Amino acid sequence: MTGWAELAQYTASGLVVGGVYALIGLGFVIVYSVTRIINFAQGEFVMLGALLMVSFEQAGLPVAAAVLLTVASVAALGGLLERVAIHPIASAPALAVLILTIGASIAMRGTALIVWGTDPSALPAFSPGPPLHVLGATVVRQGLWVLGVATAVFALLWFFFTRTYAGTAVRACALNARAARLMGIRVDRMFLLAFALSGALGAVAGAVIAPITYATYDMGLMLGLKGFVAATLGGLVSPPGAIVGGFLLGLLESYAAGLVSSGYKDAVAFIVLIVVLLVQMAGWLPGRVAEEA
Amino acid sequence: MSARRRWTVLIAAAILVALVGAGVRSTYVLGMLVFIGLYAMAALGLSLVMGFAGQVSLGQAAFFAIGAYVSGVLTASHGWNGWAALLAAVVAGAVAALLIGLPIFRLSGLLLAMASLGFGIIVYYVLVNWSGVTGGPSGLTGIPPLAVGRFRFDTDGRVVWLVWGLLLLLLGLGGNLVDSRIGRALRAVHGSETAAEAVGIDTARLKLAVFTLAGASTALAGSLYAHYLTFINPSPFGFTFSVELVVMVVLGGASSLWGGVLGAAAVVLLVEALRSLLPLLSLSRGAAEYEIVLFGLLLMAFMIFLPGGLAELRRRPA
Amino acid sequence: MKPAPLLEVQELTKEFGGITAVAGVDFTVSAGQIKALIGPNGAGKTTIFNLISGALEPTRGRVLFEGAPLPVHGAHAAAARGIARTFQLVRLFGEMTVLDNVLVGCHRRGRAGWASCALRTRAMREEERHLRARAWQVLELVGLERRAHVAASLLPYGEQRMVELGRALGMEPRLLLLDEPGAGLGPDEHRRLAALIKTIRDGGTTVLLVDHHMDFVMDLSDEVLVLSYGRKLAEGDPREVRANAEVIAAYLGEEAA
Repeated sequence: MTGWAELAQYTASGLVVGGVYALIGLGFVIVYSVTRIINFAQGEFVMLGALLMVSFEQAGLPVAAAVLLTVASVAALGGLLERVAIHPIASAPALAVLILTIGASIAMRGTALIVWGTDPSALPAFSPGPPLHVLGATVVRQGLWVLGVATAVFALLWFFFTRTYAGTAVRACALNARAARLMGIRVDRMFLLAFALSGALGAVAGAVIAPITYATYDMGLMLGLKGFVAATLGGLVSPPGAIVGGFLLGLLESYAAGLVSSGYKDAVAFIVLIVVLLVQMAGWLPGRVAEEA
Repeated sequence: MSARRRWTVLIAAAILVALVGAGVRSTYVLGMLVFIGLYAMAALGLSLVMGFAGQVSLGQAAFFAIGAYVSGVLTASHGWNGWAALLAAVVAGAVAALLIGLPIFRLSGLLLAMASLGFGIIVYYVLVNWSGVTGGPSGLTGIPPLAVGRFRFDTDGRVVWLVWGLLLLLLGLGGNLVDSRIGRALRAVHGSETAAEAVGIDTARLKLAVFTLAGASTALAGSLYAHYLTFINPSPFGFTFSVELVVMVVLGGASSLWGGVLGAAAVVLLVEALRSLLPLLSLSRGAAEYEIVLFGLLLMAFMIFLPGGLAELRRRPA
Repeated sequence: MKPAPLLEVQELTKEFGGITAVAGVDFTVSAGQIKALIGPNGAGKTTIFNLISGALEPTRGRVLFEGAPLPVHGAHAAAARGIARTFQLVRLFGEMTVLDNVLVGCHRRGRAGWASCALRTRAMREEERHLRARAWQVLELVGLERRAHVAASLLPYGEQRMVELGRALGMEPRLLLLDEPGAGLGPDEHRRLAALIKTIRDGGTTVLLVDHHMDFVMDLSDEVLVLSYGRKLAEGDPREVRANAEVIAAYLGEEAA
């Protein structure tokens, strides 16, 4: 019989991992809404965020500096990817670009394998100390860091999109690229910004989750896919949808693993994916993913 | 290519295959040929999906696995005749493609790709977790090779005959199809769906039919794979293999039936070349790691510079 | 008693969010007619075509073809009933030859299935011969026999429009919807186009067309329907419609009022 304490536990761990999914999902949403591209390399941004943190920490950098440096590096990588690979084929069909980003993700994964090897690396938590007890659940300190950082990031993004010119320009682009162009917004700069932002978001996700799950070269695929599922819950174009989707997915996964069977935990995300896509297609959920004619 | 010329080429190729299977002694070369043939068969269907239905399936490995496991389970665990199991595997692949295609082919391209990815991973999980039937992570052993009477396809040379014989047959039939009314309809859907609909072509049904055929041909390849290796486990059938199949189609060229063959050959040879070359460079990591990076970069380069694949090179002067 | 109309449009309405593109339009097209839809830009002419051909679903109202309602889902369904169309912006199968484009138009005239095609049965080859003969006839009709083996995308614009017309004719349609067939054509080409359309009508195909060139439309059509802002403004004999004050006002705007 599942007691309250266990439910609380599943909820807590679900929320923590959900926060990470939300961050990754946001990355997908920002890129897709501006460029109508699904960036398959999003998961690898997360992986690189995690592994770079490990290297910086091993080099002796304090946590805050390491995070900043990691985020900046991966954001730059995202921008580089856009400039070098996406920009030249921006007018190609979306599926072609998807395949290109799959290629990019493979190349990144391979490079990570060469640089960091196969063994998972550990990263110490951002702040030392024993796990905390919250409402009957045991939460490792890093879990609170995850939620705290995620919330801070959401707030920062909200501020960016609603209160700054650049952010508003991004939103304009997402709503109607042609109109935005007519208003003098440099759409190709928005593409660059979107990719850089998604790189930063992925890096943050990787940096905060690494102390909990270890960092390894192939962690990007699954995390990326789950972040994508989170994004689809918002129709791929809604940031709040991605956030809600992320937490929802985290909770569903946690409950399924705890109450049903841990073997199928990863399958939950994909079942949700197919269900969400089909339900959206039938028009029952808001935010139907935009289709290109 | 006219029908007569095509069949001439195919018969010439068949003779070549017969000679190679009989004459070549090196199991290394023969083994490589078997794999090129199997992957080409698996990629054949996918190239139709990508080239004509204009969709990307990121879960094609699932059909390969379904073919392999249906064949494997029916023969190893239930004593079925190999050919009956092969037929069942092909049917299973087609039915699975139909069932999964019906809902997802109404999605737009990007979402269809992601949904197919989801499907592929779900199948993988079922294979790993349904240990009672599939043997779980350790897989199945004791799969008998295919046989006609007392003639067993249990040497590399004979399997080359079997695989390439079937592959050439499929290419012939496929070529007939491409040159026919249905092939024209497929190319029309590829050219402009709106216009195709306007002349009465049910594009949704056509795309689904292509996807179903692809499932069948990939499952056939999977079944032959199982009877060749005589043991199978889930690990080769994950997302990586799905991506490899996409790489093959992209490299070889999607709009051409031979693209799958070209791509499969290119990928297998590339991997072998890497494995031979890299030890000479005495790098700190093994071949597999660099393989991965190279594939990724190749895929990117092709999408930027040669999206039509190697097959496009042949057509360029036209 | 007048025979039942070939096409009957009843209370056809299409709203896109806040915009009403077509508002309760009624009209009929009789078999053997050449009828024109005219009106200023944005009047809803192409939208009506899309509603008839099944490319769009109506918000309200329906379309009857040969007395039976047209299905609203799937553009191929209307085509299956015998309604062919051309597009305002040519949509060809660019990489296919002109002949193949027209052959695709003949698609529904054939029956060969996947198995027959894969095995190249005698029946399939026989059918191919028939389809090719039909396609050549069409090519001769539209004057493109010499371009038969050229890739469609390589042709000049005017010829591309002919290819699209040929493709539509390959269907042996009962009703042909022509969307701006004269766009971008010079006066000579307009005359030839008018003659061609009359030949098509004489061959048994009813024609409904949309175009902007007044002289072309007035000389060619039996009946004209004027649309403005999604509403029917006038309908009838071309000369009467042309003299209609409201029609003049709609076209020339407030300057004439």
